[in-house]
Amino acid sequence: MLMRHTPKEIPERKALTVNPAKTCQPIGAMYASLGIHGCLPHSHGSQGCYAYHRSCLTRHYKEPVLAATSSFTEGASVFGGQANLLQAINNIFTVYDPAVIAVHTTCLSETIGDDIPQIFAKAENEGKIPDGKYVLHANTPSYVGTHVTGFANMTKAMVDYFATANGHKEKCVNLIPGWVEPSDMKEIKRIAFEMGVKSILFPDTENVLNGPQTGKFTMYPKGGVTIDQLKKTGSSRGTIALGRLASGPAAKALDAKCKVPCEILDLPIGLKATDRFVDALRKMAGVTVPDSLNLERGQMLDIITDMQAYLYHKKVALVGDPDQLEALTEFLIDIDMLPVHIITGTRDKKFEQRIQELTADLPCKVNVKSGYGADMFHFHQLIKNEPVDLMFGNTYVKYISRDEDIPFIRFGFPIMDRIGHSYFPTVGYQGGMRLLEKILDALMDRQDRDSSEIEFDLVM
Amino acid sequence: MASISILKGREKQIYQKGSQDFDMSCDKKSLAGSISQRACVFCGSRVVLYPIADALHLIHGPIGCASYTWDIRGSLSSGPQLHRMSFSTDLQERDIIFGGEKKLTNALDTLIDQYKPKAAFVYATCIVGLIGDDIDAICKKMSEEKGIPVLPVHSEGFKGTKKDGYKAACDAMANIVGTGSIKDISPLSINIMGEFNIAGEAWVIRDYYERMGLEVVSVFTGDGRVENIKRSHGAALNVVQCSGSMLHLAQHMQEKYGIPYIRVSYFGIEDMSKALYDVAEHFQDIDPEVLPRTQALVREEVKKIHPVLKQYKKKLHGKKAAIYVGGAFKAFSMIKALRTLGMDVVLAGSQTGTKEDYQVLKDMCDDGTVIVDDANPVELSKYSIEKKVSLFVGGVKERPMAFKLGIGFCDHNHERKLSLAGYSGMINFAREVYASVTSPVWQFAPQRNQ
Ligand code: SF4
Ligand code: SF4
Repeated sequence: MLMRHTPKEIPERKALTVNPAKTCQPIGAMYASLGIHGCLPHSHGSQGCYAYHRSCLTRHYKEPVLAATSSFTEGASVFGGQANLLQAINNIFTVYDPAVIAVHTTCLSETIGDDIPQIFAKAENEGKIPDGKYVLHANTPSYVGTHVTGFANMTKAMVDYFATANGHKEKCVNLIPGWVEPSDMKEIKRIAFEMGVKSILFPDTENVLNGPQTGKFTMYPKGGVTIDQLKKTGSSRGTIALGRLASGPAAKALDAKCKVPCEILDLPIGLKATDRFVDALRKMAGVTVPDSLNLERGQMLDIITDMQAYLYHKKVALVGDPDQLEALTEFLIDIDMLPVHIITGTRDKKFEQRIQELTADLPCKVNVKSGYGADMFHFHQLIKNEPVDLMFGNTYVKYISRDEDIPFIRFGFPIMDRIGHSYFPTVGYQGGMRLLEKILDALMDRQDRDSSEIEFDLVM
Repeated sequence: MASISILKGREKQIYQKGSQDFDMSCDKKSLAGSISQRACVFCGSRVVLYPIADALHLIHGPIGCASYTWDIRGSLSSGPQLHRMSFSTDLQERDIIFGGEKKLTNALDTLIDQYKPKAAFVYATCIVGLIGDDIDAICKKMSEEKGIPVLPVHSEGFKGTKKDGYKAACDAMANIVGTGSIKDISPLSINIMGEFNIAGEAWVIRDYYERMGLEVVSVFTGDGRVENIKRSHGAALNVVQCSGSMLHLAQHMQEKYGIPYIRVSYFGIEDMSKALYDVAEHFQDIDPEVLPRTQALVREEVKKIHPVLKQYKKKLHGKKAAIYVGGAFKAFSMIKALRTLGMDVVLAGSQTGTKEDYQVLKDMCDDGTVIVDDANPVELSKYSIEKKVSLFVGGVKERPMAFKLGIGFCDHNHERKLSLAGYSGMINFAREVYASVTSPVWQFAPQRNQ
C-alpha cells in the first residue's frame, strides 16, 4: 500500500498540494517550442528547472530533448538576467545555429521582472541575432497557471511574433492541435489531408519527439512547423483551434492580429468531438467528407455497438488536463459509461461548468474539481469514498491503481512507464478505435481475472 | 581539438589525453546559452534527503519543483513510504507578492498532525530565496510546537550547483545527528554514508559489513530512518561513498564527534573489495578477526561471480565504452569495472568533478581518451561516434541520445532498476552491459552499417 497515507475522510485543506495533478508553465512552453522546426527552446532562469523540464520530457518521449539555459547565478537573481540572456543568444546562434530561439521565463526571472522584449531589442541592436534567424518569447511564471498555460502562451507567442496578413486569403486552414502527442498531431494532419484541405499545423511535434532511429544525433530533427509557415498563418482563410485552454489564446490572437476567423473546438477525442472537427474543416475549406473517413467513422461506431454491453454504466475516474478531460468525458458518456470523478490541477472555472453540463443527465453524482486542492491525493480520496471500475490519468495513477486494485489507462502527461502514446493517436476516428481497444481490454482483462473457474468464458 | 564547434569558454573543459597540456577548468557554472546536463542546488538536496522514509519532505515553492521530484529516485524503503509522496506549498501569485510564510506554517501544521513523521525537511526553492520567507524561524517554531525536528534546507536553486545542495542537505541532517542515545552501540560499528539504496543496493552493502562482524548504525540515507541518524554519532567509523554527497557531513562529524571517515566506492570488484578491506583494516586493532573474516567474504563472493564474469569478458573484449556520470568518483569505478569486462573506456566525463578528480581520471585513462566536464549532448554524441563506442554509461538525458546513435546503454544513475553495487551488482552490471551491447537490434541501426 504505497498510498496507505491517504485517509478516506476529506478534510479542508488550505495551504497544500499533495501529489500534484499538474506541473509548471515552462515545460508546456518547452514542449510547444519543440514543435517549431529548427528551434532551440531556451529557459531563462536557473539551471534546475530547465534540467527537470528536459528530464521529464525525456522520460515521457524517450527522445533527446534539447534546450539551453540562462544559467542564473545569485548575481543574476539580484541584478537581473539581461547579461545572461544576451550572452546566451550570442552563444546559441554561434555554436548551436538554430533557426529560432524560443525563450520562456521561469518563476525566478519573472519575479525579478526581466523584460524579454527589451532584451531582444538590445540583442538585435548589438547584432547578436544573425540575418534570417529569429527569436520569440513567452512569459511563463508558474505561480500563475500550469503546464497547460505554458503551452498556450508559447503557442500564442508564435502568432504574436510571426503571423502576418499578406492582403489576400489563401485556401489554407490553420490547425492548432492543443497539447496532444506527436502521434495525435500527425493524425490531425492526416484527417485534413484525407479531406483534401491544405493546412498549417502549429506547433507540430511529429517527427521531433517520435522520430525514427537514424544512427545520428540531430539537434534539429526533421519535423516542426517552419517560421515561413507560421508567417503564412496570418493569410489563411480560417483557424480551427482544438482545445479551448491550450489553443484558444493563439486562435484569438490570430483573429485579432490578422483577421483570420477561428473556431475553437474540443480536442477531437471520441465520436462527437471528431465529427465536429471534421464538420468544421469541411465547412471552412468548402470540401466534402471523403468515403475513407466515413469508413473509419463507421468502423469506430461498429466497435461500440458490438461491445456496448461491456461498457454499460461502468464507473470511471479521470484526472488530467482540462481540454483532454472535457472531450474524454463526453466520449465516455456517449459510450454509456459513467465518469464520476473528474479532476484537473489546472484552475479553470469554465471547465467545471462544462463538465457539469455534460454530466447533467447522468443517473449518479459527479465530482468535478479544478485548480487548488485538485490533486492526486484528492482524486484518491474520492475513489476511496466511491470506487470506480476504471481510471484514466498519467503514470502517477498507477499508485492508486495498485492500492485500490482498479485498472487504469495511461492518458495525458507525463507517461513515463509505457510506450505507444507518441506513436499511436487517441484523436480522430482511428484514435477513438485505439481508445476503445484500451478501455475494453482493461475491462475484459479484469473480468477474466475476477471470474470464477465456472464463469470463466471463452467468447466475449 | 576543435573539429566541432565547442562553445566558447568550454575549450578548457574538453581534453584528449596525451595530445595537449591538461588543465581542466571545472567546478564552475555552466555558461549562459549552454545545453548543460546539470541541475540545481535543490536537486542536490532533494536527492540526498529523499530516501529518509519516515520523514516528511515539504517543498516550499511553486508547484514545478515538487512535481518533477515526485518519486523519481528509485530509493527503496523496507518500511515507511512517506518519502514517496509529493508535498508542496504550491505558491501562487499572491504568495509571491505577500510572502509564503503563513502558507508554510499551515502546511506544516496540517501535515505533521496528519502523518506524524519522525522529522520534517522544508526545502526552500529559488523563489523562496527571492521573496525572503524566513523559513528558519518557521521551522524552529514548528519544531517546538510539534516536538519533532523540523529542518530548513537552504536549497535555493540559483545559489550554486548540485554540490551546494549536497552541503545544504548535510547541514540539515547535522542538526539531528547527535540527538539520540548511543547506549549499546558496538565499538565495531560504522555508518554507511552516501548510499541511497537505489534498487536495494544499501541492503547488499549492509549485508557485507554485517558478515564482517560490524554493526551498521545508520545508512545515510538509503532506507533511512530518523532514529538511526539521531544516534549515528555513536558509530566508530564513517564510510563515505562516492563523490562526496555526504563528505561534508562526515567532516562535520569528525570535527564534532571525532569520528574518522574513509572514502570508498561499491562498484566493481576492485573497488568493492578495497572498500571492505579498508574498513576491516580500520578495526584491526580492536578485533583482529575482522580482516580474516573479510578475506573469506571477498574470496567467497569473487569465487561465485568469477566464472560468470569470464564468460561475459570473452564476448565484450575490446569493445569501447563512453562514461558520462554525475560524480567523478563513479567514473573511476566505472573505468575499472568496464576493464574487468575487457572493455576500453574512450570517453569519460562528469557533471561535477573537481580539479583533483580530473587529475585522477586522467591518470587512469589510456592515451587518446576524451575527458570532459559538464558536457552537452552535441559533444557527447560527436565523440561517441568518432571513437566508435558500443556502450554509453550515463543517466536519463543520455539514454535516448545513445539509442539514436545505435549505441548500447547502461543507466548507472538513479534510474537503474537493478542493484549494481557489490559483487552481485557486478554480475547485474555485466549482464546489462552485455545485453545492451550485443542486442541484435543494433544490426538495424544505420550507424553500425556504415
Ligand atoms: S532552479 Fe530553483 S526553481 Fe528551478 S527547480 Fe531548482 S530550486 Fe526549483
Ligand atoms: S521554479 Fe517555477 S519554473 Fe522552476 S521548476 Fe519550480 S515551478 Fe517550475
